[in-house]
Amino acid sequence: MRTIRIGSGAGYSGDRIEPAIELAESGNLDYLVFECLAERTIALAQQERLKDPQGGFDPLLADRMKAVLSICRKNGVKIVTNMGAADPVAAAQATRDIAKALGLTGLKVAAVTGDDVLEQARASDVALDEGGSVKALGNRVISANAYTGAAPIAEALAGGADVVITGRAADPALFLGPLVHEFGWAMDDWDLLGKGTMVGHLLECAGQITGGYFADPGVKDVQGLARLGFPIGEVREDGDLVVTKVAGSGGQITRATVTEQLLYEIHDPTRYYQPDVVADFSQVRVEEVGPDRIHVTGGSGTPKTGLLKTSVGYLDSYIGEGEISYAGANAVARGRLALEIVRERLTLTGVKMTESRFDLIGVNALHGDALAEGRDPYEVRIRVAGRTDSLAEAVKIGNEVETLYTNGPAGGGGAWKSAREIVGVASALLPEAVVTSSVTFMEA
Amino acid sequence: MKLHEIAHSRSGDKGDTSNISVIAFDMGDFAFLAEHVTADCVVDHFGDTITGTVMRYELPALGALNFVLTGALGGGVVRSLALDTHGKSFSSALLEFELPDKGSSFGSP
Repeated sequence: MRTIRIGSGAGYSGDRIEPAIELAESGNLDYLVFECLAERTIALAQQERLKDPQGGFDPLLADRMKAVLSICRKNGVKIVTNMGAADPVAAAQATRDIAKALGLTGLKVAAVTGDDVLEQARASDVALDEGGSVKALGNRVISANAYTGAAPIAEALAGGADVVITGRAADPALFLGPLVHEFGWAMDDWDLLGKGTMVGHLLECAGQITGGYFADPGVKDVQGLARLGFPIGEVREDGDLVVTKVAGSGGQITRATVTEQLLYEIHDPTRYYQPDVVADFSQVRVEEVGPDRIHVTGGSGTPKTGLLKTSVGYLDSYIGEGEISYAGANAVARGRLALEIVRERLTLTGVKMTESRFDLIGVNALHGDALAEGRDPYEVRIRVAGRTDSLAEAVKIGNEVETLYTNGPAGGGGAWKSAREIVGVASALLPEAVVTSSVTFMEA
Repeated sequence: MKLHEIAHSRSGDKGDTSNISVIAFDMGDFAFLAEHVTADCVVDHFGDTITGTVMRYELPALGALNFVLTGALGGGVVRSLALDTHGKSFSSALLEFELPDKGSSFGSP
C-alpha cells in the first residue's frame, strides 16, 4: 500500500524556519506544508492590505521560500501553504520571483483564490454567529473570507504545481488536498476525508505535536526544545497514520503529545466541522509503535454540511493600554494605589470607555483574585486596558498610566503605552454554492 | 490532590469559545476523572472568568475529557482586553482543580 510523507513546516505565521529546512533536507518528504493563517492573522492581513496593497500576504513568505525552495526542488518535495493570506496571487508572484532569482527555471507556482467572499457576504446579508448581520455592520466591514476545502488544492497539484499558495483554506485541507490528489480519494468518501482531516489536524500546528507547548518541568519533561523537530505524517492510502520526526531532532512524539494535539481547538469530538467533511475523532486510538513513532487510527467522518465557515473582519473599536512596574517592599500596595489613581483620572478627565481592565501582573492578571490569592510577590506591574470608539480617546488611557512617573506612587518604573485600531472577527456560515475557487498558475 | 498530579491539559480558542482538554496520564484514572471533574465543577472553578456555558465531552478511548466554555475569551482573540487573549493559560488554571484523595474513597489503609 502506498504511503505519502507530509511534513509540517510551520504551525503559525511567526513560526521558526530552521525545522522546516531540516524537514526539507532530511525528512524524505513528498510534501512540505506551511500552516500560517489563524482567525486573527487573516483579519490582520486584511487590515495590512488596506494600508498597503502589496502587504496582504504572510510577512515571512519570502524568508521561508528563500530557505526551502531550492532544497525542495532538489529533493522533489512539493510545497502547500496558506501564506497567501489576504492576497494569494501576490504571494505566488513573489514566490515565482524568488524562484527565478534562485535559478529554479520551470518551477510552477499555483495561487488558489475564491475564499474572498466580501461581495457574496454583503449580497446575501449573512447572519453572524455572534448575532446581527453583515448588513448591520454596514461600511465597518472590511473583509469576508470563507474557509475553502481540499478540492482546489488537489486541482492545483493535478495541474503540476510545485508550490500551492492559498488564502483562507481550512488548516486541515492543506494536508487533505495532497492526499486527495495522490490517492484519488473520492470527495464523498466521508470516512477517508475524515481520516485525512485528522491527519491535517494533528500536523497543522507543527511543533505542538513533537513536544512543543507540552513541557512541564518535573512532570512532562521534553529534551531539546531549542532545536525542536517538526512532525512528519506517514499517511497510507487507507488513511492510516504514523506521526514521526527527523531522527536526532529535539522534542518527542508520545501518546500524550498526540492526544493533546488531537483535542486542540476541538469542540464536539464527533462533529469537527470542515468544508469537505464533518470529521469524527471520538473513536481515535493512539498507540506507540516505536521511539517517536505514534500510530493513530479510528478517525472517520460524516457528510459535509454544505455551509462554509466565513470570517468577517470589521472595524470594531480601539484599545488603549498602559503599564508600569513597582518592586520591593510594599510593591503590591503601591501598584493597587496606582490603579486607583488611573481609574479616578480616567473618570475625572471624562475618557469614554465601553469596557476596561485594571490588572496587577504577577498577581491576578490572568485569572483574577480567586485563583491567585494568598501570594505576596516582590514586584508587580500594573496594566490598564480600555476599549474606546476613537484612537484619540484610546491614546488618553496610556497617557494616564505614563503620568504616574511624576504624579503617582513612589518607585514606578518602565512605563509603556500603546493605542491601536481593532479589527474584529465575526463568524458566519455561507452556502458553498456562492463560493467559487479558482487556480492560477505561473512559472519561474 | 490537584488535578495536575494525574492529568495534563491544553486549551484552544475559536472565537469567544475556549476548549480545555483534560487527559489522564494513566488510562486507569479516566473513570475517577469522569466522576469528579464535571461541567458544574469547571463552572465553579472559573467563576466570573467565563460568562457562558460549559459543556463536557468524554473520550474514554483516549482517557480524556474535553470542556467547551462559551463566553470565556472577552469577545475573542482579536477583541479581548485580557493579557492572554487566546486563553492559552486556562489549561494550567484548570489543573489547579482540587480532587478528593483517590485512596480514601476506596478505604485504603
